[in-house]
Amino acid sequence: MHNHVPRIPAREGLVDEVKAAIGDAFLSAKDEVGEVSIDVARESVAEVIRTLRDRFEYQQLMEIAGVDYPSRPERFDVVYHLLSVTRNHRLRIRVTTDEEKPVPSVVNLFPVAGWLEREVFDLYGVIFDGNPDLRRILTDYGFRGFPFRKDFPLTGYVEMRYSEEQKRVVYEPVSLAQDFRSFDFMSPWEGAEYILPGDEKAQPEAPGAPTPLKADEIKK
Amino acid sequence: MSQIAPAPESEAPADAETKVERTGATQSDIANYTINFGPQHPAAHGVLRLVLELDGEIIERVDPHVGLLHRGTEKLCEYKTYLQALPYFDRLDYVSPMSMEHSFVLAIEKLLKLEIPLRAQYLRVLFAELTRISNHLLNLGSHVMDVGAMTPNLWFFELREDLMNFYERASGARMHANYFRPGGVRLDIPVKLVADIADWLDNRLPRLFEDAVSLVADNRIFKQRNVDIATVSKEDALAWGFSGPMIRAAGIPWDLRKSQPYEVYDRLDFEIPVGTRGDCYDRFMVRVEEVRQSARIMKQCISDMPEGPVMTLDRKVGPPKRAEMKKSMEALIHHFKLFTEGFHVPAGEVYVATESPKGEFGVYLVSDGTNKPYRVKIRPTAFSHLQAMDFMSRGHMLADVTAILGAMDIVFGECDR
Repeated sequence: MHNHVPRIPAREGLVDEVKAAIGDAFLSAKDEVGEVSIDVARESVAEVIRTLRDRFEYQQLMEIAGVDYPSRPERFDVVYHLLSVTRNHRLRIRVTTDEEKPVPSVVNLFPVAGWLEREVFDLYGVIFDGNPDLRRILTDYGFRGFPFRKDFPLTGYVEMRYSEEQKRVVYEPVSLAQDFRSFDFMSPWEGAEYILPGDEKAQPEAPGAPTPLKADEIKK
Repeated sequence: MSQIAPAPESEAPADAETKVERTGATQSDIANYTINFGPQHPAAHGVLRLVLELDGEIIERVDPHVGLLHRGTEKLCEYKTYLQALPYFDRLDYVSPMSMEHSFVLAIEKLLKLEIPLRAQYLRVLFAELTRISNHLLNLGSHVMDVGAMTPNLWFFELREDLMNFYERASGARMHANYFRPGGVRLDIPVKLVADIADWLDNRLPRLFEDAVSLVADNRIFKQRNVDIATVSKEDALAWGFSGPMIRAAGIPWDLRKSQPYEVYDRLDFEIPVGTRGDCYDRFMVRVEEVRQSARIMKQCISDMPEGPVMTLDRKVGPPKRAEMKKSMEALIHHFKLFTEGFHVPAGEVYVATESPKGEFGVYLVSDGTNKPYRVKIRPTAFSHLQAMDFMSRGHMLADVTAILGAMDIVFGECDR
């Protein structure tokens, strides 16, 4: 390990113990850069987290994060970060879901999950089954859409201003004085996965001029 | 507790109809009061809207509405290179900017598997603790002001002004420093600044700070407003995801600087203050003691700090010096590449949490191997603390809301992101 990032003592044999305790819910596990993450089945995530809290001493739920991978069939990751203050260890639990399949809520186990799940619902549209108060939390009153999905544009769809005529705040479709530009700055020799401007004119399949024969190949 | 006694009858809503009915000795149709606290309220510490349900002056339910300062920081970071995303972190908790940067740069360095020079680690700790003092000064001041005392706040601002000057002399900016960079810190600090900070710690801070604290710490009115207000048990503190001074005031000695030490915290000698009752007064006093401990850490940093580089010499992450670029073609290329394309971070995911002044500030960083983060999830401290507002204020008086809020130490730049 590197000497200046937070040093967390490893918990030996944790994955095997968890696997034995949660049985079929266990899908896979990995241990990268000193952080253990376990993928579990979506339907049993609440049970898994209850087991981890009661038997493995993970007393705190620090965070629930959503991640969006639009190319996958179940496009969303819901990632739970658990902390044990007695064993001084962190554990990451991950489930996948899509726009429709609900994730069991853990609000009965950790009251803090109430807002954390609301946030994931607000920004990604993931539904949590059993959360009694699944309202939007961070976005504006009356907001439409799920802004942190990868297919939601950075600029959004509406903009807001105070209208002097109507004496109130009005919403209008967003108008950009300049097109939204996003440069990746990737080196065209290394990472670019698109056709460079101008390259579309060249046809790599078309044969070029024949290679000139060498001097000794010319029939005399 | 006299303060959570039932409200006197005269405070119930007194429109004509109820009065008539009350002479007939029935009170059944006296409805609860619902009032809005904020979003523009001097004690709301920013743009917080609390929907309070009151029975007379007793709070029955609190529904905090957050998100009025939501700027989509996490989404913006996905469209920026790692270096360009860094200044957004200053703007999260704008009361303690460098502590916010700290988690993010550590997350990047963990994925990069990068080592940073020892002097940079000491400088980071020095400024992280300086930030802690600056944060607590603002919070302690505004907390006492919320419950009615004026003077300490003004004196604390005087001290905070000094700290902002130190910020400016180190980074060029008084608030949004952008000083911690992946690989180290932006620039070394001049010797005169080190001397001035040491002098400030020895002379100015103890004198003004202890003076100001002595005005309120044993003050009868201040204690009446804070002692036994919003007590939180250890179990509740764990279940509600508390961290930082909030969990320590509840009696749990949990501090990431001790339990999961990063940078050079394991070489430094400091103590963790812990509360006994878990009320607002404990939270206040925990922060007071943390200021003293932070000053102690800063003094050790100043005396132990070695000479040497402050930025990694790995040119794929740390930019070259200006003078070097005048002579070396390679340095010029590195500089150009770093500030246009930026560095690439290996694919993977990390969750790095540091002890920010307000508690555990975490960054969950997912990288896909390109020069921009795939996902940055910020774990704000205020989110879980503010959520607990409901159960903490139930049964208390309306006037206690400001004390509870003040002792929570909430900044909306961080809560709403």
